[in-house]
Amino acid sequence: MERPLHRKHVISVLVENQPGALARIIELFSSRGYNIESLNVGRTEDPTISRITMVAKGDEHTIEQIVKQLRRIIDVFKVRDLTDKKKLDRELLIVRINVDSNEKKEEVKRLVDIFGAQIVDLSQDTYTVELTGDEEQIDAFLELIKPLGIREMARTGRVAMVRALQGDTFDEK
Amino acid sequence: MKLSGAEILLEALRLEGVEEIFGYPGGAVLDIYDRLPFSSLKHYLTRHEQGAAHAADGYARVTGKVGVCFATSGPGATNLVTGLATAQIDSVPIVAFTGNVPTYMIGNDAFQEVDTVGITRPITKHNFLVKDVRDLADTIKKAFHIARTGRPGVVLVDLPKDVTRELTDFFEEEYKSPVQIRSYKPVLKGHPGQIKRAAKAIASAERPVLYIGGGVVSSGASELVVKMAEVANIPMVATLMGLTAVPGNHPYFFGMLGMHGTYAANMAVTDCDLLIAIGARFDDRVTGKLSEFAPNAKVIHIDVDSAEIGKNKPVDIPIVGDAKLVMEELLPEVEKQVSKNKEFLLSREKWLMKVKSWAERYPLYYEPSDRVIKPQFVIEKLCEVTKGDAIITTDVGQHQMWVAQYYKFRFPRQLVTSGGLGTMGFGVPAAVGAKVGRPDKTVFCISGDGSFQMNMQEIVTAVQYSIPIKVAIINNGFLGMVRQWQGIFYDKNYSQVHLDVQPDFVKLVEAMGGVGIRVEKPEDVEKALKEAMTINNRPVVIDFVVDREEDVFPMVPPGGVLHEMILPKYGKKKIKKAI
Repeated sequence: MERPLHRKHVISVLVENQPGALARIIELFSSRGYNIESLNVGRTEDPTISRITMVAKGDEHTIEQIVKQLRRIIDVFKVRDLTDKKKLDRELLIVRINVDSNEKKEEVKRLVDIFGAQIVDLSQDTYTVELTGDEEQIDAFLELIKPLGIREMARTGRVAMVRALQGDTFDEK
Repeated sequence: MKLSGAEILLEALRLEGVEEIFGYPGGAVLDIYDRLPFSSLKHYLTRHEQGAAHAADGYARVTGKVGVCFATSGPGATNLVTGLATAQIDSVPIVAFTGNVPTYMIGNDAFQEVDTVGITRPITKHNFLVKDVRDLADTIKKAFHIARTGRPGVVLVDLPKDVTRELTDFFEEEYKSPVQIRSYKPVLKGHPGQIKRAAKAIASAERPVLYIGGGVVSSGASELVVKMAEVANIPMVATLMGLTAVPGNHPYFFGMLGMHGTYAANMAVTDCDLLIAIGARFDDRVTGKLSEFAPNAKVIHIDVDSAEIGKNKPVDIPIVGDAKLVMEELLPEVEKQVSKNKEFLLSREKWLMKVKSWAERYPLYYEPSDRVIKPQFVIEKLCEVTKGDAIITTDVGQHQMWVAQYYKFRFPRQLVTSGGLGTMGFGVPAAVGAKVGRPDKTVFCISGDGSFQMNMQEIVTAVQYSIPIKVAIINNGFLGMVRQWQGIFYDKNYSQVHLDVQPDFVKLVEAMGGVGIRVEKPEDVEKALKEAMTINNRPVVIDFVVDREEDVFPMVPPGGVLHEMILPKYGKKKIKKAI
């Protein structure tokens, strides 16, 4: 039997900014066996509302269930699958790179230039670089610096919003 | 006016219309219990917190009101868990209040502390930890609102001890103002366009079936559903939870479907071209193998919880809404459509006759005996003696299925049974709650010898409050349903299912202050039931010693196909599709 198409979905959730709300969402994923790739929580323009951006992988049926189950949570205002919308979609990467030779330093500076990243910290033999971009850009950047030696890295999951031309994210159902 | 948290709680309960509560005190709820005698509430002290939760559940199921239970922190709260999970999965509205250690001790592993909201999160519709007495009244209001609206469910409110003790302002008028929860707006009215589509589909189908779930009972849509069946000549089948929605003797009703469903019900669903699911959730005990469930049917699914629609089975016409409100819109549309399509009604007659012929060919059947008591015979006699008018609570197992098959229910909310969770130990405490909720009705708990031993201590609760519940133990000396499965699927390897060592139930019940009766011969069944009906001041338990190896048939093996049932007349041999 052919496996149904699994792809990454970006789901945006507006939720009451109160204790337990996030726990309920995470609980939903564990209790129903959904896979979650990344999850980001932050405040919105309204301090009583948080926006959660999550990336989950699954077939259409699973994603539909995730959206519906999220909507059942009492603290959840709105849920929207942004996958096929025109959207702004960013991740932040902080990575400490091994630069124990001048060639490596030059190489990092060149890559930082090309990718529009920034060197935000340095030591004798490391540069720490910050890069904001979509997932592909960050993956590409990491791929290129990998041979130099990555000492340590942290990346957020995605945050996303639909583009203004598409109207306010949550006005339409 | 300044009131303590405990006083606010009791006032709020009064304003919510709560009159009876079930609970068990302990250190963390002492401030509440201290004020309880001065309130208008009648508190029933159960013998275990699980009993309190099941009693609140039974109360809610028979009255349609919100059931309320109290427990203390730690072990009190954890003992509620099974009861809350039982109610939640069957969509029963309950608000549970638990005590907790004072706010400043939360997270310290204090004496009798557990993370109650954490533990109960997956088994409640919502839960709250109240950290400030000033939020208490608003939280209780929200709790009741969430429990009783939309798809009903369980809400837990965890109350640290200092919150119940501190004082704050409380204004009755303010409490009575409408509830506002901006993130919770259940959809109750069905989409008009979808309702029109559904009506057209119903009027043009050749072989439609109404698949009735518990949502029909809880929303009060029973009469409308029956009316629709009559107007459009549609056979009806019900889930375990939907059983009382339709009079058991209605000519268009063909009983329960699913694992232990009737032959006619399962064949009707298999053969139908339109399945109209109302307030049902396509549970695996109903559908068997999903891909073969109603394989040729278009599906209309009406449910107040949109997440249920399409969860297990793809749906052609989804209608999100309260079953009653949707039926109020749908029925006139169907009537309009049907009046345009008179010829279809005639073809429907043929369809009804076909389902009827299945029912006649393979009725529910057991081998009668005048030597040993057959469990089915007990249920039939019980139905006769109570004139089909008793509220029946059950435990879980074979006896539960025999009740579903052989008791002919007459009115909604007459059956109180743990459908979704299958909780043994539910029947006796649920009967206590049911009798408190409906003192005008005979309440009979049908239990098994295994189930009865799980919460039999609640007989003492019934004794204390002179609650005349009646219990019939279908005693086969086995964990009967487990034994049945071992018999059929595990080559009769009866592992750990013998209950040979048992208390003498008659003596036991008498020791607890109730009346005990033992019946060992078929000819004594009726007399014992009649005798039980005359006892009106305390619980009575009849220990029916029945045929040890009687099985429940028909049976669809788990994950099997509905039309491939194991039928009683054919012994244990499978029959192939017989359409």
